[in-house]
Amino acid sequence: MQNVKGEKQRWAVCLLLAMVLGVWSSSILAGSIEDQTLLLAAELRCPVCQNLSVADSPSEMATQMRELILEKLKNGETLEQIRGYFVSRYGEWILLAPTRKGFNWIAWLLPLGVILGGAGIIVLRIRRAIRRGHGPNGDASRPLDPRYASRLEAELKESER
Amino acid sequence: MATWKKLSLLLSIIPLLLLLAYGFKTNPREVPSPLVGRQAPAFALSMFDGSSNSLEALRGKVVILNFWASWCFPACYEEAPHLEAAWQTYRDRGVMVIGVDIQDRDTEAKAFIERLKLSFPNGPDPQGKISIDYGIYGVPETFFIRKDGTIHYKHVGALDAKLLKAKIEEML
Repeated sequence: MQNVKGEKQRWAVCLLLAMVLGVWSSSILAGSIEDQTLLLAAELRCPVCQNLSVADSPSEMATQMRELILEKLKNGETLEQIRGYFVSRYGEWILLAPTRKGFNWIAWLLPLGVILGGAGIIVLRIRRAIRRGHGPNGDASRPLDPRYASRLEAELKESER
Repeated sequence: MATWKKLSLLLSIIPLLLLLAYGFKTNPREVPSPLVGRQAPAFALSMFDGSSNSLEALRGKVVILNFWASWCFPACYEEAPHLEAAWQTYRDRGVMVIGVDIQDRDTEAKAFIERLKLSFPNGPDPQGKISIDYGIYGVPETFFIRKDGTIHYKHVGALDAKLLKAKIEEML
């Protein structure tokens, strides 16, 4: 009975801790309205300068877009809704990172595949080199050449003196 | 083994070359508008002459909505006379030409209108709300809006008389 009570208390403490951490982390992530504006602006491509985000661009259009994001946030719209608004006007082109769906997955998974494939090839080549005896320590199992063995022994004895 | 290596190298290069060929074929400045075929975003505009206009008030008319700026040279200067000619030709047939001046100063914009003798209504978009609502990424850009308020066509760059006539006739 004591054990069950103790376990319940532990669960309650864990739940409370999770709730507190959840609220704390979401408040950190959300930040102020200005922070949220910059967060979303950094995801959007500046339409007139293309290689900069709306957050980084000094152009008039990017400034107007940041002001619009701020206004929409103040009106109670969520980041998701505002992002959707820009996509509905400019298409997915406006997003600096493609959404994780359909054909776009190639853009997300291909680099990972290339990295893993490259790592696999490197591992295979190293293993093959070790098997052939070209590794950094050579083949330790092979007996030492008798000529070198006697010379090594003589030089070791010399150095001990 | 050597043949296998050559074949795998060739197979990995071909998709890369195809991707590059596709990339070089497309124009990075040409971004298809998701608005074509959809209802045109509503707008209300205060004109330079003091009047006001809105898309709602123009329902039932064909609307040519042209985004321009006085600093947009030469494209905006080249197309403005064609827009004026279209306005003069089609205004009695239910066609409305509206100019939206973006990222500009009023004095320069008014000088542009005067210099090119434009008689169709023009108004500024000082906060860029209309241009963002229409997904504008440069000037000039023109939207051809049907009588029912849906967008028929979007043109990026300077318009010419032939294209203007063709698109207006398609909508009438």
